[in-house]
Amino acid sequence: MTLLKRITSSKLFWPIAMLLALLVIDVIAFPGFFTIQIREGALYGSVIDILRNGSPTLMIAIGMTLVIATQGIDLSVGSVCAIAGAVAAAIILGSPNPDSVGTTIVAIGTAIAVSLVLGIWNGALVAVIGIQPIVATLILMTAGRGIAMLITKGQIITVSSDAFRYLGSGVIFGVPFAVVAAAVTVAFAGLLTRRTALGLFIESTGINARASRMAGIRARGLLILVYVFCALCSAVAGLILTSSQTAADANNTGLFIELDAILAVVIGGTSLMGGRYSLWGTVVGALVIQTLVTTVYTVGIPPIVTMVFKAAVVAAVCLLQSPKTAEYLNAWRRRRVLRTEVAAS
Amino acid sequence: MSTTAPIVEMTNISITFPGVKALDDVSFRMFPGEVHSLMGENGAGKSTLIKALTGVYRPDSGTTLLDGRPVTFASTAAAQDAGISTVYQEVNLLPNLTVTENIVLGREPRRAGRIDWAACRAHAAEVLTRMGIDIDPGSLLSSHSLAVQQLVAIARATSINATVLILDEPTSSLDADEVKELFRIIRKLKDDGVAILFVSHFLDQVYEISDRLTVLRNGRFEGEYLTNELLRIDLVQKMIGKEITVLDALEKRSSDDAEDTQESDIPAIIEAQGLGRRGAVHPADISVLEGEVVGFAGLLGSGRSELARLLTGIDRSDSGTISFAGSPVKFRTPRRALSDRVVYASEDRRAEGILGELSIRDNIILALQADRGWFRPLSAKRRNELVDSYISTLGIKPANPDALVRTLSGGNQQKVLLARWLAIAPRLLVLDEPTRGIDVGAKAEIQKLVVNLAENGMGVIYISAELDEVLRLSHRVAVMRDRRLVAVLDNDTLTTDDVLAVIAEGQDLEDAS
Amino acid sequence: MKKFVTGLAAAGAMLLALTGCSAGASGGDGGEKAPEDLIVGFAQVGAESGWRTANTKDVKRAFEEAGIELKFSDAQQKQENQIKAIRSYIQQGVDVIAFSPVVESGWDAVLQEAKDAGIPVILTDRAVDSEDDSLYETFLGSDFVEEGKKAGEWLVEEYADSDDPVKIIQLEGTTGAAPAIDRAEGFADVIKDDSKFEIVASQTGDFTRAGGKQVTEALLKSNSDVDVIYSHNDDMGLGAIEAIEEAGLTPGEDIKIITVDAVKDGMTALAEGKINFIVECNPLLGDQLVELVKKVAAGEDVEKRVVTEETTFTQEEAKEALPDRKY
Repeated sequence: MTLLKRITSSKLFWPIAMLLALLVIDVIAFPGFFTIQIREGALYGSVIDILRNGSPTLMIAIGMTLVIATQGIDLSVGSVCAIAGAVAAAIILGSPNPDSVGTTIVAIGTAIAVSLVLGIWNGALVAVIGIQPIVATLILMTAGRGIAMLITKGQIITVSSDAFRYLGSGVIFGVPFAVVAAAVTVAFAGLLTRRTALGLFIESTGINARASRMAGIRARGLLILVYVFCALCSAVAGLILTSSQTAADANNTGLFIELDAILAVVIGGTSLMGGRYSLWGTVVGALVIQTLVTTVYTVGIPPIVTMVFKAAVVAAVCLLQSPKTAEYLNAWRRRRVLRTEVAAS
Repeated sequence: MSTTAPIVEMTNISITFPGVKALDDVSFRMFPGEVHSLMGENGAGKSTLIKALTGVYRPDSGTTLLDGRPVTFASTAAAQDAGISTVYQEVNLLPNLTVTENIVLGREPRRAGRIDWAACRAHAAEVLTRMGIDIDPGSLLSSHSLAVQQLVAIARATSINATVLILDEPTSSLDADEVKELFRIIRKLKDDGVAILFVSHFLDQVYEISDRLTVLRNGRFEGEYLTNELLRIDLVQKMIGKEITVLDALEKRSSDDAEDTQESDIPAIIEAQGLGRRGAVHPADISVLEGEVVGFAGLLGSGRSELARLLTGIDRSDSGTISFAGSPVKFRTPRRALSDRVVYASEDRRAEGILGELSIRDNIILALQADRGWFRPLSAKRRNELVDSYISTLGIKPANPDALVRTLSGGNQQKVLLARWLAIAPRLLVLDEPTRGIDVGAKAEIQKLVVNLAENGMGVIYISAELDEVLRLSHRVAVMRDRRLVAVLDNDTLTTDDVLAVIAEGQDLEDAS
Repeated sequence: MKKFVTGLAAAGAMLLALTGCSAGASGGDGGEKAPEDLIVGFAQVGAESGWRTANTKDVKRAFEEAGIELKFSDAQQKQENQIKAIRSYIQQGVDVIAFSPVVESGWDAVLQEAKDAGIPVILTDRAVDSEDDSLYETFLGSDFVEEGKKAGEWLVEEYADSDDPVKIIQLEGTTGAAPAIDRAEGFADVIKDDSKFEIVASQTGDFTRAGGKQVTEALLKSNSDVDVIYSHNDDMGLGAIEAIEEAGLTPGEDIKIITVDAVKDGMTALAEGKINFIVECNPLLGDQLVELVKKVAAGEDVEKRVVTEETTFTQEEAKEALPDRKY
């Protein structure tokens, strides 16, 4: 009983339960769902697909988690994805030997450098000028796609560089590079914020910015840092997306990914009000979202009802993990215990 | 003065909250065309009485007559309908609406079920003109200064033909010119026959504007007086409830000056000259020596917290210099002051102290960690040693470092904050109302701690409304009144009476010296 | 969450402001004008695919060559943006409005407004499902049903000698878009006569490479022994190629791919043997559009339906056509 209670009272209980429920549905619809084979030297299977396709969203959601913990939000992540992809593709295309590793490294390096600038821009608007995060990042969200369009001149640029394709299709010991990159991002964010005092400062600033200032925390640098980190995650995700579709698509790369990322953070139990955050929660949240997409394909839900299905699942998770629901459940549980006690006496 | 009958007459009002008698047999009356000040220290029952009058609380006993008729208000709306309007300290208006909308909100003139905006504008314009407020009724409220917003709030309150207007601390955030403007409007309303209840901590303003005073102390009625018949010193004494016997603070202070020079071989930890900020504190000279406790005394709103905040970089000063440990410094941010080990522990624990969602451990190490920077985290071992030692030294309960601070009692939250500040080994520690709202035992422990710290060479500024506490701990007492540092007294034979005398008449004292 | 919603609303507002109008009424009086005095408003869907950008380029080129002023707007695949753009054209009093509707339905009100203002409307590339065809002058564009049929016919011929069942995965375009509906319909129409053809799964890939790839990945796993992928455009087909290669299969051989569009990347893949057959959907309709605009503005009668000239490509034909391909 007590163990059950401890499990069910965990913030992550419902998201994990929903994840398992989706996986069960998948196995029923397609018994080979969990089968993992090795094809072309790479792990191959539905679960691998979920991990690989969920990686870009997860990476962005990790950056978003830290931003949200400071009581902020970053709407520009999708545009940063598109810009990073466009910059890299333009460089590779403009280079005399597009297949060389050197060119790819230069392209990736430049894309990441650009994203750092974009992150500093977001952070400066929020921390120095003092614009509300939702408005500050909205600027880049809308303008960013325009910038990406300028870079690609409105075209979908096909990138055929083999070295660059590694980001989206390469494997390390059979594990897709994207999954490794996402894992590294989670580990890096975990180390960066939990092994240093950064996490404490982020949380304390998110809980009470004034009290944190009086305790000597410099919010300005901190905020710029989290927005830069978020932009960095977005750029890497954008590069992986671009590489995996072998084309820089200014219009569609990372379109609406900010919504998925925010949703992943929220499902993971980090409050939009800022403060305490959970990176593991975000990992679960991102997996729920990607599993949902894969489930739609695997089960063969008709495209017309796909949106309704997704909405229903997300609504269920959010409702089930809300504090109010927990209250009702507890009350119900207490009543039931009481009733059995009364019955026993 | 007034020969007419009172418009408000409250008799034998008592209100009991669980465990506290908030008002005990209090009587209070107001006359039309008069400004009436309600005086008393914190917890005297001022706001309870106002709430009883405006329908927020229902008195347990006693009667309220309005214009001669007995009334009981079920709600603030009912009180408002009867002509009693209140303007609170924080302007309760909507900054992103226009002045007109704010004035008519909730009682818009309607025509055929729709809001008649032409009538609204005409009404607002008329109210503003009548009060002599020259602003565009169509402008956004937020485009005006706080002072003007306050005037709009008053305009809103009086636009429903209020017979009684209650102004709760209306001047606390206004500067001198703005106060003058407010007073002009109060006088105008007074001439129109409105009875005005003026609540303020500024004695000068009370004496300037009000005709009549009612003094409350500890929920009891102390007396009602005509303002021009009550000496300030008597007023302060009635508010604080101590008999003042000696009035020779002047001579005492000048003799103490000689002693000061003899002790000047002890270095000053901090020394401020002409430190001030417009609208908050008049420029003041103040110093704290190593191992010295300096008490800041004064009524609420006297500027005692504000001066301390300028010294510690919480707020930025706009005049004066600070020298710390002999060299000039500029404390522009708390961060900067903390790096010199100068700490301000705020009186507002909730807004400026605790981080309720974090653990005791995180709360305690926060300032120390901030000083080290994020890249050099305290080792887990060091952290636990530190936290455990403070938990046991200060007796923080529960003694579980992982407990969330929001679940702790006020006293324990205060101890956690003290631990946070002590952890960075401060050289100057400013404690603003450290014992407010905590139980007697914890109070004594904290005071003992202050003495210990000072003996070990720390400079301490101790701010409290409790004069006894200030005098028990301080080597010197800085007295503030109406945002001005009026005297710094050596605490050898100082009594609360001496301090009270300075608080009441400090202006004269300074002029004499 | 509320913060977030207002943010989105604000984003929408900004987009609208970008496409918004600068007033300046001219024309709309119905009188005949020389081509160089004409002003035409063109509301494009977006730049969601290589096909679309080729289409945009060609329209802009044709009007420039004809000396007709073109007011161009990009709806970024949102119907509301497109409606706003059309309304602003009506306000500006352009002479002719041309647009490619993002989705089929919901156009009656704004088309009625244009009609009331006396501005003729030409639909390009995609149709609307309006009952009242007097709301627009003509529809210039490909016959998507015909394209679907062509795809189906090639398939029937390819498997004419075999009696084994043929398992097909269909990658649909954006749900509700005319090409998605019609290409599915035409295709289904042709293959329904032979029971060996079976569409085992059909999902939307939103006309994008990423969508095509993700859908194919999942469907290849949950459906064994897929023979054919029929993709409603080249981009999704290119995504499918990625997925097939990752599955260790050879696109074009193990799994045959049919797509529609024939943009350059698609043609390249066709020439390389990764795609088996492409039905052309010609985006180069700029010159035809200019002709129609001139006629409509001059008050001449035009056909209600003008079909663009289109062909199909096999792998060999692609190798020949590729060097001259403009888009």
